[in-house]
Amino acid sequence: MSLLPHGVTDVMLASGGAPIDLNHPGHYVHWGVIQISVANLIVIAVMIVLFALAIFLPFPKGRGRR
Amino acid sequence: MTAETQKWAGRTREYDLVKEFVIALLVVSVLTVALAALFSSPDEKQITISTWSRHAPNDFVLTAATELDGTSGTATYGAPYTHTADAAQKIGPVSLQHIAGVTHPVDTVTDFVITPLTGVPADSALTTALGQWQGAGTSQRQRWASSYDDALAKVTDNDPAKVPPGDYGPVPVMLNRLLTMAQSGGLDGALLAQKQFFATDYTKPLLFIADGSYLEDRARAQHLGGDQWGMMNETGNYPGQAWLWLYTFWYQVKPFSTSPNADALVWGLMALLSLALVLVPFIPGVRSIPRWVPVHRLIWRDYYRGMRPPDGYLSASDVARPVQVSRRPIGGQVHDDDAGADAGRDREHDDGEAAGASGYGGRSV
Amino acid sequence: MTAPAVSRTWTGAIRARAVRELPPEQMLPDRQPVYVASWIYVFGVLTLAAFLVVLVSGGVLALKGPQWWHRSSTGHFVNSLHLWSVELFMAFMVIHLWGKFFMAAWRGRRAMTWVTGAVCFLGSIGTAFTGYLVQSNLDSQWISTQAKDGLNAAGIGAFFNVLDFGQMLMWHIVLLPLVVGFVVCIHIVQVRRRGVVPPMEIDPRDAIPEEVTS
Repeated sequence: MSLLPHGVTDVMLASGGAPIDLNHPGHYVHWGVIQISVANLIVIAVMIVLFALAIFLPFPKGRGRR
Repeated sequence: MTAETQKWAGRTREYDLVKEFVIALLVVSVLTVALAALFSSPDEKQITISTWSRHAPNDFVLTAATELDGTSGTATYGAPYTHTADAAQKIGPVSLQHIAGVTHPVDTVTDFVITPLTGVPADSALTTALGQWQGAGTSQRQRWASSYDDALAKVTDNDPAKVPPGDYGPVPVMLNRLLTMAQSGGLDGALLAQKQFFATDYTKPLLFIADGSYLEDRARAQHLGGDQWGMMNETGNYPGQAWLWLYTFWYQVKPFSTSPNADALVWGLMALLSLALVLVPFIPGVRSIPRWVPVHRLIWRDYYRGMRPPDGYLSASDVARPVQVSRRPIGGQVHDDDAGADAGRDREHDDGEAAGASGYGGRSV
Repeated sequence: MTAPAVSRTWTGAIRARAVRELPPEQMLPDRQPVYVASWIYVFGVLTLAAFLVVLVSGGVLALKGPQWWHRSSTGHFVNSLHLWSVELFMAFMVIHLWGKFFMAAWRGRRAMTWVTGAVCFLGSIGTAFTGYLVQSNLDSQWISTQAKDGLNAAGIGAFFNVLDFGQMLMWHIVLLPLVVGFVVCIHIVQVRRRGVVPPMEIDPRDAIPEEVTS
C-alpha cells in the first residue's frame, strides 16, 4: 500500500521530477591517493572560477567619488 | 597607529550596502530555485531491520549471533556503549573516549536479542528456548553462542540451514525467531520502544544495523565508504560535503590509515588545524603569506594604479583637489594621531599587525 | 538646565555605550573607501543572503516536520531548495574566506572580525553535518553510524549522540542556527565597526593630514 498522494510515485519523489536526474551511480576521479566525485569536483572548480572572475573582472566605477 | 587601524580618512565613493544586499538576496533566491528545479535533491531510501533481514537474512542471523556471543562491533566497542577493556582510542597516553565514560550503555545480548524475544507471544518452542537460556550459567550460554557463531561463519553463505548439528543449546531457535520477528518489522519497533512510547533515539537499532554488512554494502555501492573518501560524497551524482576534504584526506594517508587510533588522531589533528584557522591573525609566518602572494595587488589594482609616487609628487589633478575635503573621514570624527601613513610604511608592521588587534596602536575608533 | 542623568541607570549606560560604539552612520554608511572596488567584496553579502535562504527554506521544512519531504513532492522541492542554498552558502563563504585571507583582512585591529568569521565557518560545517544526520534516509543512517566513531574517539560522542535523531534534530534546527546566527551578527557588527580593511600600501592623499588631527 502506498502512503504517497495520488499520482506521486517513489521514482518521481526521489528525483523530484527534475529535468536533470542526478540519481544515477556517481562518477569518480582517482588520482593517486585522491578520490573525488565529479559532482564535488565541479563544485570546487566553479568556486575557483568564481574567485578568479571576482579578482580579474573590472568592478563598475563608483559614482560620487570624493 | 597606522592607517590600517584608524577609521578611513581618505577618498570615498558612494556604495549602497542595502541595495547590494537586496540584489544579492534576489540573485541567491533565483539561483537556489533554479538549481533545485534543475537537479532536485537525493533521497536514497532508508533501510530498516525488516528490509535488511528480508534482503540479507543470513547476514542478519550471523550478526545476531555475534550480538549473542559478544563479538560484534557494538559488543566490543568500549565507551560510550560498553565497558570493554582497552577498546577506547587514545592520543598518546590519553583516552578522551575512556574519560568521557559509558553514557549510552548497551548490552547486546539483553537489548538486541533476549528482551525483544520475550515480547513474542504464543510460541511454545521459543518459550522453552528462552527458559533454557535463562536457566543456564553465563559460561554455558557463552559456549552455546560461540559454537553457533563459529559454525555459522564457516558454512557457505553463512546459511543457518547448512549449519552442521552441534551443541548450540537454544541458540538456533532463538535466532530463527529473531529473524522472523525482524522480517515482520517487529524488531524495528522493539529496539526503539524499549524505553517509552514516544521514541526519537535510534541508537540501538542503528548500532544493530551497523554491526551487519548490509548497510555497509549499500553505502559502499554509493561510494560512501571511509576509504572511498565517502565523507565528502553524496548518494547518486549529487555534490556532498566537499568542505570535509581535509578531514577525509587524513584517513587515506599513513599513519592514520593504518592506526587503530585513527579517529582520535584525526580528530585531534583537525581540532588543532581548526584552531589554527581561527587564530591565523596571530600565527607568525602564516599571517604574512598574503604579503608574499600578490593577490592583493590584483584586488586593489585600481587603487594601487592611481597611487601617487612615494616621493610625494603632486600631480595637477591632486593640486586641483580640495585637500581638506578629500581627507575628511567617513562619518564621524578623527580620533587618532597617526598622520604620517605614507605608501609602504605599513610594511614595517608586517608581523606586528596582529598584535594591534590585541591592543597595539591606541584607542578604538 | 542639566543633561538627563542617563548613565545612572543600567539602561542608560547601555544606550550610551551602544550609541558610542555603534553610531548609525558607521553601521549603515552610504559611502565606502575608494579601494572597495572589486567583485570579491560581494561574496560576504552573497554569503549572508544565502544564509537567509537557508534559514527560510529550513524554516518551511521545520513547519511541516521531518517526514514531510519524504511524502510530498512540494516537500521534496523545499528540501532541494534547502540543500542547494546550503551548497551556495558554503561556496560563497569559502570564496569570501579566500578573498579575506589574501587581503590579510585581520590587519589593523580586525583580528576579531577574522576570528568570528572562522567560527561561523566551523559552526556552519557542524550545522550542515547535523542536517545530513536528520534527513532520515540511507545517507543519514550511514553518516551517523560512521561519524559516531570519530566523535566517540574524541570523547564528544558521550554527550553528543549522532544516533539520537531527536537530539540531532534539536541541534540542527535550534541550537546550532542560533549560535551561527549570533556569531554572524557579531561578525557583521565587527566589520562595520572596524570598516573594510585598507590596502597594504596607502596613498599619502588618503592619510589623515596634520591640520585635522593636531
